[in-house]
Amino acid sequence: MAFTLYSLIQAAILCVNAVAVLHEERFLSKIGWGVDQSVGGFGDEPGVKVQLMNLVRSVRTVMRVPLIAVNAVCIVLLLLFG
Amino acid sequence: MDYTPTQSGFRQQPNMRQRNSSADGLEGSQLFEDTSGAAHGLQTGYSNQQAGPQAAGFTGQSILSDPMSNLAMAYGSSLASQGREMVDKNLDRFIPISKMKYYFAVDTVYVGKKLGLLVFPYMHENWEVRYQQDTPVAPRFDVNAPDLYIPAMGFITYVLVAGLALGTQNRFSPELLGVQASSAFVWLIMEVLAVLLSLYLVTANTDLTTIDLLAFSGYKYVGMIIGVVAGLLFGRPAYYLSLLWCCAAIFVFMIRTLRLKLLSDAAAEGRLVRGTRNQLRMYLTMSIAAAQPIFMYWLTYHLIR
Repeated sequence: MAFTLYSLIQAAILCVNAVAVLHEERFLSKIGWGVDQSVGGFGDEPGVKVQLMNLVRSVRTVMRVPLIAVNAVCIVLLLLFG
Repeated sequence: MDYTPTQSGFRQQPNMRQRNSSADGLEGSQLFEDTSGAAHGLQTGYSNQQAGPQAAGFTGQSILSDPMSNLAMAYGSSLASQGREMVDKNLDRFIPISKMKYYFAVDTVYVGKKLGLLVFPYMHENWEVRYQQDTPVAPRFDVNAPDLYIPAMGFITYVLVAGLALGTQNRFSPELLGVQASSAFVWLIMEVLAVLLSLYLVTANTDLTTIDLLAFSGYKYVGMIIGVVAGLLFGRPAYYLSLLWCCAAIFVFMIRTLRLKLLSDAAAEGRLVRGTRNQLRMYLTMSIAAAQPIFMYWLTYHLIR
């Protein structure tokens, strides 16, 4: 119940890491969430699933490099300060 | 903030703890008139540079007679002004200060009417925000416009009232104030992020900005404060009764406000419109409104024993 801003940052880093490790070929395509399955339906009704797939794909693309830096910093800090 | 025009700078150090870090003074110079003179600016820059541990060394000495400290003072003030320029330039990228000014353009009549609306929204009929050539009218002129003054004041008052409630039960310590504040703030941020995520997933084309959502989520603090104060004054039954009343009021308030912004025009007027999209949006409105009473109870039940 006693949340701090620090625990929110920790939770955010963990969640983004979780989204970043979803592999495109090995996993997402197998369950029908690949990028090739999101095209189609050119109306103005993308639907929740398509939006979610787009979100996963964009998070993976955007956050890949910054996550390397953030994770490295986190590991070093946790090693030094526990 | 006490700008005593004294010669010895060490008297500034005790006040420095009460002053927030330089960000507060920098924002103050942009949002409000900077009425402090240049001399105070010099002393401010100097005091901000010399932090706490060095304060002990200067106790009892007059600072301005030492040429070395003259140099340090000049250097420190130039550093401070450089830092201020850099922060000003970069702050505007992250927090749009000019847009924030819109949300604080309130006056007493608006605040009174809005508080009444938050507690008793049942008689109000016209919930639309008036526009003036594409931009929404300032909150001062339209009681339906969202503002950030009430949520900000409500948050601070909630933290103070929580400290008061904990104090009456002999559970108070100064760290608990910080814990309460950061806890409530984190829940607020999570709620705004959840609403943003669900708005994205449902592809709702609204003109609701993030700050609007922050304002709407902050309105529940008013109900929480009323509940806790009633519970402190009159006991647990009063707490439950007033919380129930405020929860119902916030529920109706949120539904009536969000209905106009999220749903399509036809559905907002009350006619049943079929289609999964409108249904999803209706569910979203309902769940946002239903989350408010849950948070109100969650954040206050541990204060009333």
